Amino acid sequence: MTVAVPLSLAEAFDELSRTPDARLIQGGTDLMVEINFNHVKPANVIALRRIKELRTWHVNSNNTITIGSGVPYQEMETGQLKELLPALAEAARTVGSPQIRAAGTLGGNLGTCSPAGDGLPVLFALDAIVHLQSLESSRDLSIHDFMLGVKRNARTANEIITGVTVPVLDGWQGYAKVGVRNAMVISVASACLAVDKKSNSVRIALGAVGPTIIRCRDAESWLVQQFDLSIATSIDPAIALEFGRRVALESKPIDDHRSTADYRRHAVGVLAKRLITRAYPS
Amino acid sequence: MSTVKQDTRHRDILGTSALRPDGVAKVTGAFSFSSDMWAENMLWGATLRSPHPYARIISIDTTAALLISGVSAVITAQDVPGKATYGLISADQPVFASDFVRYMGEPIAAVAADHPETCRRALAAIIVNYEVLTPVVDPELAMLATTEQIHPDGNLIRHQHILHGEAHITSDITVEGNYTIGMQDQAFLGLEAAMAFPDSGGNGVELHIATQWLHEDRGQIAACLNLPEDSVRVVLGGVGGAFGAREDISLQVHCCLLALRTGRPIKMQYSREESFFGHVHRHPAKIWMKHHATKEGKIVKVESRMVFDGGAYTSTSPAVLINGITHTQGPYQCDNAVVDGYAVRTNNPPCGAMRGFGVVQACFAHESQMDKLAHACGLSPVEVRLINAMHTGDKLITGQVMESVAPVERCIRETDLIPLPAPLALDANVLEFPGGSGRTADRHNIVRGIGWGVSMKNLMYSEGFDDYATARCTLSNGIASLKFATSEVGQGFVTLAPQIARSVLGVDDVVLETSDTQIGSAGSTSASRQTWMSGGAVDGACRLVRERLFEHVGRLHNIDPIRLMIEHTDVIDTIGTFRISVTQATQGITLSETFEHHHRKTEDLDENGQGNCHVAFAFVAHRAVVDVDIELGLVKVVQVATAQDVGRVLNPLSALGQLEGGIAQGLGLAVMEEIILDNGRVKNPSFTDYLLPTALDAPHVVAIMIEEPEPQAPLGAKGIGEPPCISVTPAIVAAIRAATGKALSRVPVRPQDICL
Amino acid sequence: MNNSIGNEMYTLHINGQDRPVKDAWVGESLLYVLRERLELPGAKGACEQGECGSCTVIMDGDAVCSCLVMAATAVGADIVTVEGLIENDPSMAVTAQTITSQITDVQQAFIEEGGVQCGFCTPGLIVAVHHLLEKNPEPTELQVKESISGNICRCTGYGRIFAAVEAVVQVRKASR
Repeated sequence: MTVAVPLSLAEAFDELSRTPDARLIQGGTDLMVEINFNHVKPANVIALRRIKELRTWHVNSNNTITIGSGVPYQEMETGQLKELLPALAEAARTVGSPQIRAAGTLGGNLGTCSPAGDGLPVLFALDAIVHLQSLESSRDLSIHDFMLGVKRNARTANEIITGVTVPVLDGWQGYAKVGVRNAMVISVASACLAVDKKSNSVRIALGAVGPTIIRCRDAESWLVQQFDLSIATSIDPAIALEFGRRVALESKPIDDHRSTADYRRHAVGVLAKRLITRAYPS
Repeated sequence: MSTVKQDTRHRDILGTSALRPDGVAKVTGAFSFSSDMWAENMLWGATLRSPHPYARIISIDTTAALLISGVSAVITAQDVPGKATYGLISADQPVFASDFVRYMGEPIAAVAADHPETCRRALAAIIVNYEVLTPVVDPELAMLATTEQIHPDGNLIRHQHILHGEAHITSDITVEGNYTIGMQDQAFLGLEAAMAFPDSGGNGVELHIATQWLHEDRGQIAACLNLPEDSVRVVLGGVGGAFGAREDISLQVHCCLLALRTGRPIKMQYSREESFFGHVHRHPAKIWMKHHATKEGKIVKVESRMVFDGGAYTSTSPAVLINGITHTQGPYQCDNAVVDGYAVRTNNPPCGAMRGFGVVQACFAHESQMDKLAHACGLSPVEVRLINAMHTGDKLITGQVMESVAPVERCIRETDLIPLPAPLALDANVLEFPGGSGRTADRHNIVRGIGWGVSMKNLMYSEGFDDYATARCTLSNGIASLKFATSEVGQGFVTLAPQIARSVLGVDDVVLETSDTQIGSAGSTSASRQTWMSGGAVDGACRLVRERLFEHVGRLHNIDPIRLMIEHTDVIDTIGTFRISVTQATQGITLSETFEHHHRKTEDLDENGQGNCHVAFAFVAHRAVVDVDIELGLVKVVQVATAQDVGRVLNPLSALGQLEGGIAQGLGLAVMEEIILDNGRVKNPSFTDYLLPTALDAPHVVAIMIEEPEPQAPLGAKGIGEPPCISVTPAIVAAIRAATGKALSRVPVRPQDICL
Repeated sequence: MNNSIGNEMYTLHINGQDRPVKDAWVGESLLYVLRERLELPGAKGACEQGECGSCTVIMDGDAVCSCLVMAATAVGADIVTVEGLIENDPSMAVTAQTITSQITDVQQAFIEEGGVQCGFCTPGLIVAVHHLLEKNPEPTELQVKESISGNICRCTGYGRIFAAVEAVVQVRKASR
């Protein structure tokens, strides 16, 4: 087992071509757990934490934001990122503890691709583009094509996730996560809802209730037929309730030691109802 | 020469909030926990554990592991020179499994190597062939004679019947229920760790270990090592919390065996995951309980059947069971009782001591019943408890007379007087809501509830056990040194012992010697007993030294020693003007005395569960206020008000810490802490999935300490460690019931229990 | 310590000093290296997965769990452990006369307010509280709770820990 600590992407690709089997490590909050628990013994590791290019974010001219894969969650909780991407800020604040938020990154969430990853429902709701780069080329993948299953994604071994691009939407957005204590808790079920007034659309994505993050397309398209999202200021409680019911139907939860399928299905329905009601207070 | 000290300066005597003597070391990171030890030339030890809850071992092949570079030893059952088994009450647990494994995580082999990672590789290279068997995991089935007996000693660890008064009496009102208590883990933060140093020549060993009871460990270790007890020296390593989980043997024997085998110091420490397999847990229990009462709400009879799942080995199950059934009545008068309790062996993880020791389970049932009774009689939770409150002199369902001070009424009334918290503010921060930082709730989703719990807890060991404590006090040149084998696990005996010495001897400087087996036993740091027992021993030793001091001073100054007393830091003549500082009086001399404190004798229970089996009791009331998001089933405990019968407050700051800490553990059992089992397999052996309360889950605690000195207790003080965590659990559940209207007969309460 | 499985050599910058690490296995966490190789056992291990905060250290100005930092990747980072707080504590000038030995005002308050029982979580909490008060000298009660919500204490129920933080805030406020 060897470890490399490149200072630039170029150096990182050099390392990656030398050790194509290397595991990439960003904040370490996933891979180190695997190593500490004796679940993996990677032959080679490339640490990305000192690559400055990955630790920056910027607003693009087309009203989108590109966030480097090494930006820690704590940076998303405040400031301009919070203003422009409030759902991401809310999700970031639920990630582990302050110590974890200082280390953990969207790149790590994407690399691990756990359905319980707190950042992922936001990326799904915002139709994020994932930027992948290799020594030879780079490509952009829709988040929907990137996450393939439980801890499976479309990254190839020679690629590094360099960041994501998400749109700045005009409309309410928020995130909610159910866990059995008031802080530092892994997701039992989560949901991100984002309204885009410009396109009169709503997006809702669910975490921890299926093998991947689930976008509830049927519920979304049902809701936009009920009222005009771009001009409405409140929602009929009956519509919010029905929206929740439809969202729950699209979830695919399982029973495990963290909760039951029935509870998770119920919970995402409640979250959807509450989030849309926060967007359009009754 | 010292000057006579005026009493203008603060002295850390009994009754003051003396600060911890280990405080500076602990806040700077300099305190040496057992996991912090390091030795030249040391090796690491590690344990191979069964992946199966129940299997026959066909073969164990250690050849490949021994060939790994850096591995010094691999040992299995055949390398145990002495007794092959150990156990606190019954030696029924193998040091290493050799024929069967009876629970997931049971030790099979141990290795010593030069690095923890080398150890892991060596463990992975040991080949064990199993014939996997179907585990017996339901205690109701396991106790039947027709079920496969998974251990030569059988599956029924103990059955005890209680019959008191009239068996068939009934009354106007009956209420009954079935209650389930989940498996809680002590989850101390300082994981199991030890370091063993072999004597040169290999005829003895010194073990530094985080434990609750040095002498008990020594006895069990020596038997397994086939060494005389005095060849095994057990020294207390810094202990990072215990809560019952360090009463049983975990890595002690393995660590010593590896040290003797390799001739080198061995360091062992469990990971969190291994810790979940490496120590006993709180017994899960199923309890049926029925109360018969008059329509005014006065209890006439209680009936109960309790089944405690002891897991694969006995540990302290028989004693936990007896605690559970003898506390069926709770802190209430009850003249008639029929109770049956069963502690049963299964292929689940072994269960044993945890703070509250059997009473936690009984209390959840009896307090749930009291609320049912209140409802049936049209009484408030406070009224029904006051009507039935026990008093000193009442007879218990064991026939034992309650001789302890029993201020049950006062606990309830004073708790009731504590102001309720303000309603949840309209603009409250989302972090204060149930669900917290998950932002699941809005203000209007939240309903508040209030609930009560009151409990009685026995202090010290029961059923004829003489769990005495020993202490030695040495006074010289104005400095007292104290020696005892009492385990300091965080509770603060190291603060209390010097307070006692200062109060008795008029000294300020007190030195604590190493806690080890070079003095008599102190008994276990458990059962809320060390303030009473080791406190009594320190007090006794100091008093003997004081007598010697008075004799010495009297002789020198020609005063009858009976006229002498300690005033502040001086010896004074009570009917004269003579005064000498203790420091001056002890220049150049050494006075040393050892004292054993024994509590009064107790008895075994007879076949009807009658007998004076307990030493003494303490009482407490809890009132919980919760906010519940009914639709999502999430709970935030807002406030816990409590009044606890403490006898006498010896250190207000330490006492408050015990009350608040116990409440947090009781909260954990109420709403989040549970080891989840699936057919004998532990599904959540990690802190990601076994949830402990965080700073954002902690309620505001308002605590009152009721001081009615206990005549039996050497310092007037009752043990205070366990009561805080006992009745707070039912109080919180009652509050959730009040908010939701749900029956909630199981702890921990899960979100789906509330909202589905 | 010699061993059979590691031969990595690197240097970490800890508490203002360069600390060479020899013959290490690269899978070692920063926590392991601090405790077992560099004689800095102040940070404690209790969960190995960032769920308890006992191993909290400051790394490049952030409070992080050292159990989740692969030590060999921490080359070039500025690391402060509980053992290094004295040298790195700006408040020392203010409180130097009030303390009884070489400890910080936060450490003193933890002792005086009863925030220490078994003490295993204490070093991690001390580091986390120092970090909090550096970033936010007058935190609200909720901010205190949130900022230490990653530090599990099993003994105290947190009440005396909140009291300790509050005491430090008040004293620092009065002396400003």
